[in-house]
Amino acid sequence: MAPDTRGLIAAPAVRVRDLHRSFSADGGVLNGLDLDIAGGEFVALIGRSGTGKSTLLRALAGLDRDVAGHGEIEVPANVSVVFQDSRLLPWRRILDNVVLGLRGPDAAERGRQALAEVGLEGRERAWPFELSGGEQQRASLARSLVREPQLLLADEPFGALDALTRIRMHALLRKLCEAHKPAVLLVTHDVDEAIVLADRVIVLDAGVVHADVRTDRPRAELRSFLLKKLGVREELGVR
Amino acid sequence: MTITDSRPRTATTPDIRVVRRRLGPGRRIPYAFWIGPLLLLAVWSAGSATGLISPAILTAPWDVVVAFGEQWTDHDLLGNILSSLNRAALGLGFGIAVGGVLAVVSGLSRIGESLIDGPIQIKRSVPTLALIPLFIAWFGIGQEMKIVTIALISLVPIYVHTHNGLRSIDGKYAELAETIDIGRAEFVRHIVLPGALPGFLLGMRFAVTSSLLGLVVVEQYNATAGIGHMITLAEQYGQTDVIVVGLVIYGVFGYCADSAVRLVGRRVLAWRRTLED
Repeated sequence: MAPDTRGLIAAPAVRVRDLHRSFSADGGVLNGLDLDIAGGEFVALIGRSGTGKSTLLRALAGLDRDVAGHGEIEVPANVSVVFQDSRLLPWRRILDNVVLGLRGPDAAERGRQALAEVGLEGRERAWPFELSGGEQQRASLARSLVREPQLLLADEPFGALDALTRIRMHALLRKLCEAHKPAVLLVTHDVDEAIVLADRVIVLDAGVVHADVRTDRPRAELRSFLLKKLGVREELGVR
Repeated sequence: MTITDSRPRTATTPDIRVVRRRLGPGRRIPYAFWIGPLLLLAVWSAGSATGLISPAILTAPWDVVVAFGEQWTDHDLLGNILSSLNRAALGLGFGIAVGGVLAVVSGLSRIGESLIDGPIQIKRSVPTLALIPLFIAWFGIGQEMKIVTIALISLVPIYVHTHNGLRSIDGKYAELAETIDIGRAEFVRHIVLPGALPGFLLGMRFAVTSSLLGLVVVEQYNATAGIGHMITLAEQYGQTDVIVVGLVIYGVFGYCADSAVRLVGRRVLAWRRTLED
């Protein structure tokens, strides 16, 4: 009998080959990009504005049906997206937002548990406008997690939050990802956020992978390497 | 530690602050709605009492009250009111149902839009009241013609505002719905209908008023009961007091219906924060 290797070798959750996407005839946003993400792996995607980060994420999310291009994309069946804005429906209470579209008699209970996990127990009946920006984003994380995604796509989820809230959200996201083990692709333009959160950081430039490093190197060295890859010159007092 | 006096202290330090000139409408005036109508009533009473407004032009308010009593006891005013309300409610009900369904179908599908939107926009520019002669030819001069006219006249604002509300829903919510894999029925239930509700309620306010306008006109055709019928009779006998009773009742209908719609609106739109609050 063949040995059962499930759980021993992480199956690739995402496989992208030779991906092209372009919004106009004179230049592509993605130009033959290759990418693999293992199951349970946390990958951060950084790059300057207009290098195709969001285009790649939207391609993986299946939200680019009107964009021209070609290439192969394989993603798991269960993908969830966290957007920069929380996208809570303003006319539905928080719990109803979290369980939106869920089926089964235990949907509400699962929603309550997810809200408790992100620290929002007791706010089930609140309207979205009654929550702070950070709380709204936590509710949107709960909405993603309650679906037990195999792949979590996050497009600058903390971009609109203040610095302190952002630090708290980093800790929360790490805790949640360790508990639920989805593969994660996090788009960010914050190098430090990428280093703190991810197992692997990918730098995108001109629509292809420009650098691909694991984050198990010393932090200062990694930071300076990534900044160089991003074309940022460190001038003042970095020690 | 010393014990401090925890009572609210008054006038300990002077209240000095910089205050900007207010540009918004400012604080609410209590009972603001009634100030205008009461002033109008006062002018009307004063005019009638001093003889400036002759009874042939406009009956005095107190004579209107007397006429109301007479109509109530001797001419089945309640029956007339119920008959009118029944007509308006039936017509409005059909108008809301058809207008709402057409707006959703035309708002959600391109084929529906191409089939429905054009005819409705054309219908909008034809005054419904001008269609009455045609409806009389089709439906006769009975109840059907009246209800069809009221339904058509209230359908248009419901359609226009619901359609507009639906199309103004932010596309990012549709995108969210796509990423969480919900079906079309759930999309309509959780996103389209609640999102279009503010538009629909605005349409309702116009539709209610339109339905009363339609009521006034259709009740002049061969009605045997109803407020319009009462006014038509009063016109023939030169009873301005009864005409005014009819007008006041139409006004009360309109005001009550509009308040009801606004009350419902405040309830079901609790999720919004606007300049209104």
